Amino acid sequence: MSMVEDAQVLPVTPKAQQRGPRPASRLRLIFAKLARTPRFWVGTLTLLVIVLWALFGLAFYNFNAVSQDVMSMNTGPTGKHWFGTDEIGGDIYAQTVVGLRKSLLIGFVVGPVSALLAGFIGALAGYLGGVWDRVIVWFIDLLLVLPALYILIMLYPLIKGGSWVIVMVYLAIFSWMILARVIRAQTSSLRDRDFVKAARFMGVKTSTIIRRHIIPNVSSLLIIDATLGVGAAILTETTLSYFGFGVQPPDVSLGTLLSSGTGAATTRPWLFVFPAAILVITVLATSLAGDALRDAVDPTSGANRD
Amino acid sequence: MTEPLTITGKRVPAVTPVLEVDNLSVTFAQAGNEVKAVRGVSYHVNPGEFLGIVGESGSGKSVSSMAVMGLLPSSARIGGSVRFQGRSLLECSDAELSRIRGKDISMIFQDPLSALTPVYTVGHQIAEGLLLHDKNLSRQAAAARAVELLKLVGIPSPERRAEAFPHEFSGGMRQRAMIAIAIANDPKLIIADEPTTALDVTIQAQILEVMQEAKEITGAAVVLITHDLGVVAGNADRIAVMYAGRLVETGGVDQVFHAPAMPYTIGLLRSMPSMASSQTRLVPLEGRPPSLAALPPGCPFAPRCPLVIDACREAEPALTGTEEDPTHQAACIRSSEITSGKLTRSEVFPRPVPLIEGTPAGTDGREVLSLTGLVRHFPLLKGAVFKRQIGTVRAVDGVSFELGSGQTLGLVGESGCGKSTTIMEILELAKPQDGQIRVNGVDVADLSKRDRLKMRRDIQVVFQDPMASIDPRLPIHDVIAEPLTVHGVSKKDQQRKVSEMMELVGLDPEMASRYPHEFSGGQRQRIGIARALVTDPKILVLDEPVSALDVSIQAGVINLLKDLQLQLGLSYVFVAHDLAVVHHIADHVAVMYLGRIVEYGTSDDVFSRPRHPYTQALISAVPIPDPALERTRVRVLLDGDLPSPTDNIPGCNFRSRCPLYQLLPDQQRLRCQDEDPSLRTVDKTSVACHYAEHDALIDTMAER
Repeated sequence: MSMVEDAQVLPVTPKAQQRGPRPASRLRLIFAKLARTPRFWVGTLTLLVIVLWALFGLAFYNFNAVSQDVMSMNTGPTGKHWFGTDEIGGDIYAQTVVGLRKSLLIGFVVGPVSALLAGFIGALAGYLGGVWDRVIVWFIDLLLVLPALYILIMLYPLIKGGSWVIVMVYLAIFSWMILARVIRAQTSSLRDRDFVKAARFMGVKTSTIIRRHIIPNVSSLLIIDATLGVGAAILTETTLSYFGFGVQPPDVSLGTLLSSGTGAATTRPWLFVFPAAILVITVLATSLAGDALRDAVDPTSGANRD
Repeated sequence: MTEPLTITGKRVPAVTPVLEVDNLSVTFAQAGNEVKAVRGVSYHVNPGEFLGIVGESGSGKSVSSMAVMGLLPSSARIGGSVRFQGRSLLECSDAELSRIRGKDISMIFQDPLSALTPVYTVGHQIAEGLLLHDKNLSRQAAAARAVELLKLVGIPSPERRAEAFPHEFSGGMRQRAMIAIAIANDPKLIIADEPTTALDVTIQAQILEVMQEAKEITGAAVVLITHDLGVVAGNADRIAVMYAGRLVETGGVDQVFHAPAMPYTIGLLRSMPSMASSQTRLVPLEGRPPSLAALPPGCPFAPRCPLVIDACREAEPALTGTEEDPTHQAACIRSSEITSGKLTRSEVFPRPVPLIEGTPAGTDGREVLSLTGLVRHFPLLKGAVFKRQIGTVRAVDGVSFELGSGQTLGLVGESGCGKSTTIMEILELAKPQDGQIRVNGVDVADLSKRDRLKMRRDIQVVFQDPMASIDPRLPIHDVIAEPLTVHGVSKKDQQRKVSEMMELVGLDPEMASRYPHEFSGGQRQRIGIARALVTDPKILVLDEPVSALDVSIQAGVINLLKDLQLQLGLSYVFVAHDLAVVHHIADHVAVMYLGRIVEYGTSDDVFSRPRHPYTQALISAVPIPDPALERTRVRVLLDGDLPSPTDNIPGCNFRSRCPLYQLLPDQQRLRCQDEDPSLRTVDKTSVACHYAEHDALIDTMAER
């Protein structure tokens, strides 16, 4: 690169001469870098396997999540019941597979959605400033001080009988506020950075500035939060189920399986270990893929240097 | 002063040095490779001596002094020896070092705001240093001594100021307080790491004076680390030039400045814009310093050296004395050819000839930008819930100027004088609070939203810090193309235009899909310039475009700006605090003080015969990289700092610091107190001073 540093200015070159290939766009650069990261492949392939297993794991299996095998109650893993059975003869393998479907859906919707909400609302407040900022922060603080559970109880008559989809919406709505405040603080310092000022002086629209400059520069936080949020949402759903919201028996989720299996963890470990292991693997795989993504959007990290 | 005596070429040390650094090396282990930040540096400092260490960023100058103080993180591997008064510092434990640091060796840092604790008063922090090293001292005695020290470093009403917190001090006063802490225990050695880099030239001149005084009072030796050759020229006895972690030249200040023996030093000296040379081209030092992680064999300067021969790439030359004077050492195998006069300095780095001579292409000197009585006041609010106005910050207070096409207007002044606010107001292209902004003859207040967007094509900006002004997460093709996205240019045209601009500013278009961090500071500033030029603007607003760059890179960017002006017929508004740079590039100069223009005229008139006392002080505060000139110069020093722009000073707002005002008889002073001077023409320049004709008075006073 040395020849370009202080080279003499070339005379203005006539137009339309040979041009190199089109320079890669940001998205292509990010994907190219992701593809070179082994962590990304390990993470996504593991997730893919888990998803496929959740979808087709019961295809060649003799039991389903609600079937009861009265001949074998409280047995450990056998050839017949791969993950063992519970005290009424329910098949843990079948329950885990079915529970996993629900939990994956909850986790992968709630985690990213709440991070995105946090990102856009926080960036908007931080970038616009003034009255908008005050109104949004006031709203965030209001949601923070409101006890989320009471609101759910208040809304109970409305959502009674509604599916666990409502739980998903609820979880997403009540888990973005703290991150939004962090993003807002970061944005208001980004707003005074020269590159944002420069964009404003060029006449770039506010929405474009937020999309092109603000969100990518806070994306590390968003990605971390989205990946951690996947695990957190799966577990929070359990709490809600305990209070009678969310996934109700005979329906199962990983969360309900775990909470019912915890008590038996030492005496009948199969009730607890299998669902727990699946959860840990899911969260780990998500983190791996998220970590790789974070490095890919941050050009100063890793192997992109020459 | 205390130079070692030289008897028939043999060095007989007159005194034992305070500090002896021998073959010092510092290595940082990083993932995969090692960064050799300092590679075998040896120097000594005699008692009472002033040593200047000069180098660009990344040359290892700060790291080597941190190693001397034992302040490097434990991950650094340090080799060689550092002996302070005969005692080896590298073998001392941290507790032992703490007894020496702050007592016998003290340090002054670059940023005095982060070097002082915000939650304690300044007096308390000075007393703390005293009490730590003298257990017998009472608190009262320490506090009294702190006040004494503050007085010594020239802080007005020190009793009151000792009770103040660091944030209540201005930058210059904080640095004075740091010096007070540094000299509190009568140190033997003061290490100052870029002590004036964060300060204005006027304050820099004051601080350098205080440092000289502090040195005389304590008799301490001083090691001043800086990137600015001008700063060391007038103050240092000896200087050492560092490059790529090694000393490449060392010697008495006159020898090094007048007869440099190393091509790098020659290049540095020749690339500096000077107040004397105005419209000639600067000499760029091409290339950039090598990466310290993977140094190729041979002289590290070889890739940038115009004198390079094959032998240079084989082995790294040692620092050896020149034939005439063994104390003048240079690390260059061809240094004897340089000192003997076989190779002259202008042959080593010839001055490049401009590509196009004469006036810019396609310009007719027609007015492209004019400000009339521009005002920008900010209300000063207090209170959290119910805000009430307690004052007004007069950031810009009636500024008028005109800019002709193809011309450059230099806007100069201390930080806080309103020059940045002025250009931000221009760039907003909105109706100002008061006054008028006209671009290409159109009043921007009357613009519709659509016309305003269209006008943004014509006026673009280049910011000071190339790190901050480019989005780190955007590939540079997208960075440069960004202004085009606003105006609905097709992707294909964007790409063509970007490649064209990259070529124009001297970047390889092949690098368009790289990220900004892969470029050096100078290259990044070129990216910033390319982005500004991509819409084919008429006016470029340049906000301190070279002040964040190293001297050797600066020259290349200034030359580029001048060439682009000639090629494209651009008009520049050039904001800078470095007067030498402004002198070099500007056709007209406006000097700002507290939101007003106090002097306005052509660059040659203002710089050769400044009429306003403030302009005189500014110009005389600029350090000149020539020790002989610098020592004999007559300085017009300003007292104190820039007053707060919230103060409403009746009459002339400069009179609180004016050197001329102090010399005037009482009845003439009355006019300064009552009447606000407006710009009037004296000779060829416009000056806002009632007594601009008396300017010679200052010179005669200063000489006394």
